[in-house]
Parts: sequence; C-alpha cells; structure tokens
Amino acid sequence: MERNLTHIALFAALIAVLGLIPKIDLAAGVPITAQSLGIMLCGTVLGAKRGALAVLLFLALVAAGLPLLSGGRGGVGVFAGPSVGFLIGFPVAAFVAGWVMERTTLSPAVAATAASVIGGIGVLYVFGIIGMSVMLDKTLPEAAFLAGAFLPGDAVKAVIAGLVTQSLSRMRPASLLSRA
Amino acid sequence: MLTLTSPVETWAHGLPAGAKLAALAIATTSLFLLDAPLTLAAALGATVLLYLTGGARFALAGLRLLRPLWPFVVIVGLWHLWTRDLSGGAVILMRMVAAVGLANFVTMTTRLSDMLAVIERLARPLSRFGVAPRRLAIAFALVIRFIPVMLDRLDEIGASWRARSPHRPRWRVLVPATLAALDDADRTAEALRARGGAG
Repeated sequence: MERNLTHIALFAALIAVLGLIPKIDLAAGVPITAQSLGIMLCGTVLGAKRGALAVLLFLALVAAGLPLLSGGRGGVGVFAGPSVGFLIGFPVAAFVAGWVMERTTLSPAVAATAASVIGGIGVLYVFGIIGMSVMLDKTLPEAAFLAGAFLPGDAVKAVIAGLVTQSLSRMRPASLLSRA
Repeated sequence: MLTLTSPVETWAHGLPAGAKLAALAIATTSLFLLDAPLTLAAALGATVLLYLTGGARFALAGLRLLRPLWPFVVIVGLWHLWTRDLSGGAVILMRMVAAVGLANFVTMTTRLSDMLAVIERLARPLSRFGVAPRRLAIAFALVIRFIPVMLDRLDEIGASWRARSPHRPRWRVLVPATLAALDDADRTAEALRARGGAG
C-alpha cells in the first residue's frame, strides 16, 4: 500500500522535475522540455493505473498553484488556455502507455517505445487537437496542423522513453512495475 | 518552492477558495457561451479592472503570468489576418485572455494550502476507491518535498558525468535519475510503514 503511494508521488515529482530543468539537450542540439517524457515514463515504468494516478497527482498540484508545467506555467489558468486538451490527455496517455506495456511480451525497449508512441503521441494528440480546435475555434485538420509542430520532438522522446525503460529493466528488473 | 500566489495582499485573498473557484467556473462557462465581440471586449475590460483593484504591482504580476499565451496570440492573429476574418480572431483572443486572466486571478489570490484543501474536499467521494483524504495529503506533501531533492540530485548526476566524460550527458542522466526516484519510493514506503503506515 505504502509502496504504491510513494511510487505515485515520486513519479509525480519526476514529471515536475523534468519540466523544470531548463532545456536538457535530449539529442544533439534539440533543446526540448522533457515533461511529456515524464508522462511516457510514468506509463512505461509504473504501469497503467499507477502511472495515470501519478499524472493526476501532478496535475492537481499544478491546478493548486505550483508553477510546475514546462516554462513555469501553473495555476487554474492553464486549464482555461489553448493547451488544456493536452493536460486532460496526459493521464489518459500514461494509462494507455502503461496498458500497452503490460499487455505485450516484447522486449522492454521495443514495448516501451511503442507504448510511448501509442499513448504519449497518438492518444495525447487526439485530446490536444480536440482541445486546440475548441479553444482556438479551428477545424480539427487546422488544429492538427498546429499540433504537428511538436511531433518531431515527441518522436525523439518516445525513443528515449524506450531506451530509459530498457536500461532500467536491465539494471533492476524488479523496478519495472509495469512488467511485475 | 515558489507558488504563484501573489505576495501583494488584495481584498480577494480573504475570500474562501471554494467560492472563488465556483465563481470562476460560472464566469468561464459564460465566456464560452458569448461570441459577440463587444460583449467579450466588455468582459476583457472587466477582467483588467478586476486586476487593477489589487493595485498596479499586482496587475503587472498578472500580466506577466499571461506571457505563455503569446505564441497562440501570434498564431491566431496571423491566421485571421490571412483569412481576413479579423473580428473572428479578436473574439477568440479576447475570450482566451479573459478566461486565462480570470483563472490566474483566482490562483494569485489563493494560498496553496487553501487550494489543496479544496482538492482534498472534492476528492472525498473517491475514498471508496482507495484515494483517502489522508493518503492524498501525504502524496501532496511527498511531491512538494521531493521536487527540490530530485533537482539537486540531477545536478549531482550531471556533475559526476562531466567529471568522467568530455561529452554532454544528454538523455543518459535520466536513467540514474529515474532509478533514484524508484529507490527513494521504496525507502520512503519503508519509512512510512515504520511510522504507522499511510492509513
């Protein structure tokens, strides 16, 4: 019981930290914030339920007024802004990524990359695009065009999520709760 | 850690957090039901006045909080210049700025502890699914405590990487960082259990 709670809390903190560190050079010369990488890792490492709860805990603290979203954003205002769809999609993305991870028997690297692409990009973008289309009063294809700007960065993050998950599974197989 | 609550005390700091959030929900819903440019301009004007009641310093801090919106302002502005639908663009932008502005006002005038208390109260019906208020409170405290710990450790990991390698660490710092988070979670769980459990 306590173990579930502390894993959820510590991964919520990890999402926050990944958004706070200024532009980690994830790949050569591509400075992107690692926050959505944190969302992917929640799913691939903790599994569906715990991963989604960690993201919800993180969002609750953001809503309460901590500036933990990348770029130092926070407060209730972010849920009234154009990127609200992505925020609503975050916990669902982590859940789907975790679910995919739990259901496959592929090697951790392949499974986690696939889970991150399906959850952290596919599912997340559906929510994000619908959100932008409502908030900015654009058609879905127009909103999808705008969201496409984030696609290259997120593709890199999905691969990195796969690599990190694989390293974890090699160093400490028991730590991969999604496969426990 | 810094919160977004404004250190400049305004009249709204004294209002109960729940009431402010309820008023915000009503105001935001109405903003999305309105689409006449003049009405939205009036709503935006009212939002600006609301900020000015807190004084110039408070209003300027509020303006700074709106900064993350500028890419959207540019995109929507250019888009509607291109399609020659200026009033449509103005409606979208006024609504966006007023809605985010009002929400930021609530955040700026409410202490973190009050806001967390509201969330704990709202989450009470979830206790039958295992999200008991006490557990939620412990989780909030753990996250807030561990963010600075993890930031420090990330610095240490980066420093030890640089001591050994001429290359930048890039994504590789994430493996020890995540591993440390998992270890911390195990140790904190033991510590919690030793102190009577999470209830």
